[in-house]
Amino acid sequence: MRTIAHTTNPGGSDMKARLIGIVVVLLAVSATAACGGGGNSSSGSSASSKTLTYWASNQGTSLENDKAVLTPELAKFEKQTGVKVDLQVIGWPDLLNKILGATTSGQGPDVLNIGNTWAASLQATGAFMPYDAKALTAIGGQDKFVPTAFDTGGAPGMTPTSVPLYGLVYGLYYNKKMFADAGLQPPTTWQELVAAAVKLTDPAKKQYGMVLEGASYTESVHFAFIFGRQNGGQPFDAAGNPTFTSAGMVNGVKQYVDLLGKDKVVNPSNVQYKNGPESPGDFAKGKAAMLMSQMNADNTLQADGMKSSEYGVVAIPAPSPLPAGGKDIASFVAGINLSIFKNTKNQDAALKFVKFMTSPEEQAILDKPFTALPVVKGGTVNFTDNKAEAATFALVLATMSEPLPRIAAESAFETNVGAAVNGLLAQAATGKAVSTSDIKAALQQAQDKMAAAGL
Amino acid sequence: MPVTTTPTSRSAGTVPPVHRRRPDWNRRTPYLLILAAILLELLIHIVPMLAGIWMSFIKLNQFFIANWSKAPGAGLGNYKIAVDFSTPIGRALLHSFTVTCLYTLIVVGLSWLFGMSAAAVLQRGFRGRGGLRTMFLVPYSLPIYAGVITWSFMLQRDNGLVNHVLVSDLHLLDHPPFWLIGNNAFVSVAVVALWRSWPFAFLMIMAGMQSIPDEVYEAAATDGANVWKQLRYITLGALRPVNVVLLLMLFLWTFNDFNTPFVLFGPTPPDSADLMSIHIYDNSFVNWNFGLGAAMSVLLLLFLLVVTGAYLLIANRRSRRA
Amino acid sequence: MHEPRSFRVFRVVVVAGLGLFTLVPLYVMVTSALKPLGDVQGDFRWWPTHPTLRPFVDIWSTVPLARYFINSLVVCLVATAFSVLIAIFAAYAVSRYRFRGRRAFIGTVLSTQMFPGILFLLPLFLIFVNIDKQLGFTFLYQTRVGLIVTYLTFSLPFSIWMLASYLDGIPRDLDEAAKVDGCRALGALFRVVLPAARPGVIAVAVYAFMTAWGELLFASQMTNDATKTLAIGLQNYSTQINVYWNQVMAASLVVSVPVVVGFLLLQKYLVAGLTAGAVK
Repeated sequence: MRTIAHTTNPGGSDMKARLIGIVVVLLAVSATAACGGGGNSSSGSSASSKTLTYWASNQGTSLENDKAVLTPELAKFEKQTGVKVDLQVIGWPDLLNKILGATTSGQGPDVLNIGNTWAASLQATGAFMPYDAKALTAIGGQDKFVPTAFDTGGAPGMTPTSVPLYGLVYGLYYNKKMFADAGLQPPTTWQELVAAAVKLTDPAKKQYGMVLEGASYTESVHFAFIFGRQNGGQPFDAAGNPTFTSAGMVNGVKQYVDLLGKDKVVNPSNVQYKNGPESPGDFAKGKAAMLMSQMNADNTLQADGMKSSEYGVVAIPAPSPLPAGGKDIASFVAGINLSIFKNTKNQDAALKFVKFMTSPEEQAILDKPFTALPVVKGGTVNFTDNKAEAATFALVLATMSEPLPRIAAESAFETNVGAAVNGLLAQAATGKAVSTSDIKAALQQAQDKMAAAGL
Repeated sequence: MPVTTTPTSRSAGTVPPVHRRRPDWNRRTPYLLILAAILLELLIHIVPMLAGIWMSFIKLNQFFIANWSKAPGAGLGNYKIAVDFSTPIGRALLHSFTVTCLYTLIVVGLSWLFGMSAAAVLQRGFRGRGGLRTMFLVPYSLPIYAGVITWSFMLQRDNGLVNHVLVSDLHLLDHPPFWLIGNNAFVSVAVVALWRSWPFAFLMIMAGMQSIPDEVYEAAATDGANVWKQLRYITLGALRPVNVVLLLMLFLWTFNDFNTPFVLFGPTPPDSADLMSIHIYDNSFVNWNFGLGAAMSVLLLLFLLVVTGAYLLIANRRSRRA
Repeated sequence: MHEPRSFRVFRVVVVAGLGLFTLVPLYVMVTSALKPLGDVQGDFRWWPTHPTLRPFVDIWSTVPLARYFINSLVVCLVATAFSVLIAIFAAYAVSRYRFRGRRAFIGTVLSTQMFPGILFLLPLFLIFVNIDKQLGFTFLYQTRVGLIVTYLTFSLPFSIWMLASYLDGIPRDLDEAAKVDGCRALGALFRVVLPAARPGVIAVAVYAFMTAWGELLFASQMTNDATKTLAIGLQNYSTQINVYWNQVMAASLVVSVPVVVGFLLLQKYLVAGLTAGAVK
């Protein structure tokens, strides 16, 4: 009687041959996978003192573009010093996670870019080299930096673990034609701003006075800080305790949320915008007359077809008269800093690299493609050909900006307060009025979260 | 499960010698078979998970992340913060938990229903069946990032397709509502998750249905059972083992789903869509408070263990009765 | 074939409804890929006012898509192959043998699905780095091998459990009859049982592949420029200056074509298994 093995599997040896074939293919492919993987690329601090590993953040139009911009400069550096730089450009979604991985494992780059709001938190990890007096001299001295930018390097009173590389600040963009047609001048006080916005708002024509990135918690917390300071508030007191519910902070948040809720100069749909280019996009298409943004909005505006001559930039105004204790600041000091890993094996080369990147020549070369301000005194402001705009931004960085709280719990501050403000904006967008007590309650909750987490 | 062999399947008179040879091999075989799986699971899953559990008992934040062994012990401190419902953190965790439970039940239930329906109607071969099946699998084959972004375009209040159809074309609503903020955000994230999840259920159920021989259906048909009865008594019964696995896994994965809400809302979602995975992410990676994030994860793990245990107990008891 | 009218109506409703649900977002994706960037988030149109194929050209230069594509293919195919193989062995053991520790094995393997991935990201990263330190060369850190090992393990729990359930449904008569013919346990597995379980194996292979294909978190942590996969590559169309939505959509469509073609080709294996009539 014929048994099963034969009837259902007539090609027994055929099957074996097929199996062997599959195994061979698998091994071949696995071999491809194994080699050419991490062999030649950055596997942490290189043993040779002639190579540096550098993690750059994305500052330009794409990661590939950033690489194209930086590679000739790195070649220049190699020619000058004989040190080769192994470049990795890392996108923003991954950068903090990778820094975290490097901090945890001790396996990371020699030099890296960091967002300057992370400076105090990263300093607290102890994994980064402090720029003591000797190091500062090696990179050209503390004095060469713009003081407001240099202050972002770490917590106050402690030796900084990062130095500024690119400077960024907020400005108030306005549509020249829309203003001229309505006979308006760019605002110098907050009240003028609101009045202009009201005049330029016509929901029937889908035109609004102001556009906001309403679902971005980072934008929300930035403005909560800026307007809070304008109104005399401080997010943290001298001892480092959160004071979000102080009158100044509450009024600052109210100033921002009222744009949508009370003044109604913002399209409620803006509370869905969270990726960054939506609000410049609306501004470029003439759907909004004003935009509060960092200067890299220039690239987005021009990519969307708006010419540099069609918009002007002034400093974001403060209420007039300035409330008690208020400061006339127009921005916080945003930007990118350079840090060196403590366990780098090439400290001298790393310091040389930092000196190179923060030299006035390199600043002038890199600020243009990366749309940034120089962080060194007397640097050329060339990110735009529009002289008035350049002058405004440079002035804001030098005299009208403050760093965000330089505390280790800074990111918790950002998420908690940012989320609270987003919630208030959403409330206003759905038509419910946002009162001062609503704001106070939301900020109280954010404050309690900070305390409860033991931060 | 007792092994039954019908005597007619063996040649008369021959005794199979296989079982007498190498009895030790038989006892060692299962362990050898699972060896590779065990080693890999230990390396990639178990040891890191144990490390994660340990993280919940120490104060692991930005001050100690570079040197875990120096982190001060927190005992049950992190857990106390997580479950203290009088503080905003505890309240938020509880709220996130209920939202996630509701979300998971809806998404898993509907995914299974849709998958089952599609598999049932595509069971009988007809021309173009392969094409239809592939079409249904498309959402599963598209990268998550692009799929969720597309939905976020569709759900925009002013320019999105959903509101355009609902308001301008079908006139079902007077004013376009917000889908990405407020209470509707829950519906949005559930629909997007369902869009990706039901094709997977469809695939698994479809594969499971292939092992039901046609004769069983034919026998039932000659007995007078129509398609619905066949579905209910034959298909569902035969699919039991597959469904048990599928439903539980879908439940666990949906509960822990990170990509869908993160791509849709970022790290700070609206309250109605505050899912546990984002919640834990906020309290670990974003706020640098890994001890607290780990404690929340362990609590989640305990809850899911209890649910799974109860589920399997009920499932096994039912199958024994059947 | 008794098909009452109610069932035929049901079929139409299901196919139409689910078809729409599936295809409408796909349509939005395709039209977004054909729009210039400014129009993507502009006023709603059923059909783009200025359709262009430019995004399909730009995707290759904005991001080194070809390299990421190959990385993803290699990593996912190898991970899938090994994962399915290991899962088959383990599932066979779980289904056919009542060994001591069977329950503990299943339970442990299942419990790995209950832990959020973000929590064991850092510990796993640390383990890889330390292994490399012990070995003295880069084997796991930022390599494709590291990703392959990670991904193949990720899909093991479901694959093992699903395959075991599937194998449970295949009568033991098959194994016994194969053994009568002189096959040892493994021979019975490969020659007889597996062909009967082919749809289940295919389904599990698809799952393993897709899990690896779309994984983002571990890929972002464990790769560098040379070994980055598609999932991260797609994210990199979102830059500091702009988010190239049209290119994201175009790239997603382009990289999904082989996957969908693969599905189409696999359809013929997802047919009734060989259990029917095997034991006669």
